[in-house]
Amino acid sequence: MTSLRSLAFAGAAAASYLLAGTGAQAQSKTITLCWAAWDPANALVELSKDFTAKTGTQMKFEFVPWPNFADRMLNELNAKGRLCDLMIGDSQWVGGSAENGHYVKLNDFFAKEGIKMSDFSPATVEGYSTWPKGTQNYWALPAMGDAVGWTYRKDWFARPDLQAAFKAKHGRDLAPPKTQTELKQIAEFFQNREIDGKKVYGASIYTERGSEGITMGVTNALYPFGFQYQDPKKPYAMDGFVNSPDAVAGLEFYKSLYKCCTPPGASNGYMQEGLDAFKSGQVAMQMNFFAFFPGLYKDPNVGGDKIGFFVNPSEKTSGSQLGGQGISVVSYSQNRNEALAYIKWFADPEIQKRWWALGGYSCHKAVLDDPNFAKTAPFAADFLTAMGQVRDFWQEPAYAQLLQATQRRVHDYVVADQGTAKQALDLLIQDWTKVFKEDGKL
Amino acid sequence: MNQMPSFDSISTRAAAATPVRIAARVRGLSDTAIAWLFITPTMLLLLAINLFPLIWTIQLSFTNYRANRPNAPVRNVGLEHYQTILTDPDIWARMQATAHFVFWTILLQTVIGFALAYLIDRKFRGHGFWTTLILIPMMLSPAVVGNFWTFLYQPQIGLFNYLVSFVSGVEPASFQMLGDVSLSPWAIIIVDTWMWTPYVMLICLAGLRSIPDYIYEAAEVDRASNWRQFVSITLPMCLPFIMLAVLFRGIENFKMFDLVNLLTAGGPGSTTELASITLKRAAFEAWRTGYSSAFAVIMFVMIFGLANIYVKALNQVKAR
Repeated sequence: MTSLRSLAFAGAAAASYLLAGTGAQAQSKTITLCWAAWDPANALVELSKDFTAKTGTQMKFEFVPWPNFADRMLNELNAKGRLCDLMIGDSQWVGGSAENGHYVKLNDFFAKEGIKMSDFSPATVEGYSTWPKGTQNYWALPAMGDAVGWTYRKDWFARPDLQAAFKAKHGRDLAPPKTQTELKQIAEFFQNREIDGKKVYGASIYTERGSEGITMGVTNALYPFGFQYQDPKKPYAMDGFVNSPDAVAGLEFYKSLYKCCTPPGASNGYMQEGLDAFKSGQVAMQMNFFAFFPGLYKDPNVGGDKIGFFVNPSEKTSGSQLGGQGISVVSYSQNRNEALAYIKWFADPEIQKRWWALGGYSCHKAVLDDPNFAKTAPFAADFLTAMGQVRDFWQEPAYAQLLQATQRRVHDYVVADQGTAKQALDLLIQDWTKVFKEDGKL
Repeated sequence: MNQMPSFDSISTRAAAATPVRIAARVRGLSDTAIAWLFITPTMLLLLAINLFPLIWTIQLSFTNYRANRPNAPVRNVGLEHYQTILTDPDIWARMQATAHFVFWTILLQTVIGFALAYLIDRKFRGHGFWTTLILIPMMLSPAVVGNFWTFLYQPQIGLFNYLVSFVSGVEPASFQMLGDVSLSPWAIIIVDTWMWTPYVMLICLAGLRSIPDYIYEAAEVDRASNWRQFVSITLPMCLPFIMLAVLFRGIENFKMFDLVNLLTAGGPGSTTELASITLKRAAFEAWRTGYSSAFAVIMFVMIFGLANIYVKALNQVKAR
């Protein structure tokens, strides 16, 4: 009898173990989030621990360095790969990913879960979530607000000898520039100057040829000078807008900034090269995405009191290149419910506040509209200003071809000294027109 | 002393070990049939991974297919892509850049590689050590080579600029090997030459060591000078090996992508954009699959055609 009872007990124990095992297995489902390998991604890993704690869903991350990010991830999407359940894809991918069925349309999900796009900054909703532009078709939740901004060596700017020399030359204080012209004057002032026995240079700007670098850089000169992608009244009509006298002046300005004021050998630099130049004390100013600013502020050598931040300066008008990404559910995911649960969790205002606190750039109004937001970080106020003046590159399905043409034409003119700015922009219109014709847009 | 089993005993044992069912099936098959049986899996594999993609690529080259738009209708465009590519001045500029790169890398690698092989063949003291040292570059990954040469070419901290400065007296930061339109084509040639000269050297060394000593001994009996021996014996007998090295390097450099992509990404502007970089950008960035298939076919025909002509010339040299 005892042995029978023992047997029954053992059987029950085994059954409960098996059942528990099945339950644990169901709970410990794993989803993969794909993004670029950079500082905010590390913050997201930290933040996502809360999601796992609340839902039991494990998180895996696939982070790819920026220069290979688009190649790798677009390959994955085009191959209908199942690596990524969630994709924090670049803003320019929205058009193609929506039209080619890579992303799940989120309108119904948002409506069901009570997620309102009006709770997010309009610029980010427009930039990261919608396709076609101007409609309310949502393919992503704004995840990481970003724009190109500038850092500068606050400690160098504060030096009395440099202040005096600058004032003697330009008749004003050495302070963060308000215009592109001032930016260049400051860069010229620092170029080849000896500071603490070391030769320093004016500015680090984007010049990278292979992916999107020089385009993401030059637009920060083009927009303030008055460049427009197309006739606002007639879509895809580019002549007189892309190559307008203002646009030509903007492109010429960028080249002059590259020629006069960058460190030697800066002919193929993007985000990482900019960070290296700034962190090693080579340059007085650095063009880079706001996403890097929390990390730079914490840097033991150039952070803290030594670093300052400013928004991309205006000229005829204001404008900054949009960075940042939305988070989308990949259509080919086999874990769609868990991926959607992540989006729901991420949209929570409390999570968004923690996201900002950890170093991510929340796009949620609960964070951005907080009266104290501007005081939460030394670059927070500038971030708000930048997000108010952002513009993005084409987000068309054929964006990659449009980008390739821009990379080539701008690099040919700025770095390789080929032709004039007007010729470069005329050729760019020819290239873009060809792409739009192939795409049936013209 | 161990006695080696005879072939008969092995075949007898193999036959004995073969299950009766299988033995019954193969019994009566001719040698040719059995040979086909053995090579068929390999042939099928080769067809699957070589011939099928080639045929598919050719087929795609006549369409407007884009791999990133699977839902878009695929239209037959005939020879449109071929016509576009062959009449595009940009493509010809890329071909010129490729030809410049291929010509100079082959020339430098052949001259330096042969000279090094000639030196190493002298068997001086420590020649084994020097051979190993010279071979190191070709053992490295192109990704590693590309990255560290990017540092070597850095105008402010790069060793290359400092060496040039040391020799010529010019300021190290006054020139940019990778950022200057006139220097960057040479920068990539230098790196490829540095990396692949040892490979040419190895092939040439094999050629030099294949020349029998008695030929040189006979030449010495005839009181032929060293130069005469070099011109009349060494060079002609080594020529097939040199030509083989040129063929291998030519094919490789015509397709060059990784090293140049890491060093310059085709820049400054499009100065070092070789044909394979353009092809990759069209295929996997712009996703113009049909167009890039046509481009790939054109490149394949060029390499295949040139290589065939070259192999015929090589055979003629060998036949002499």
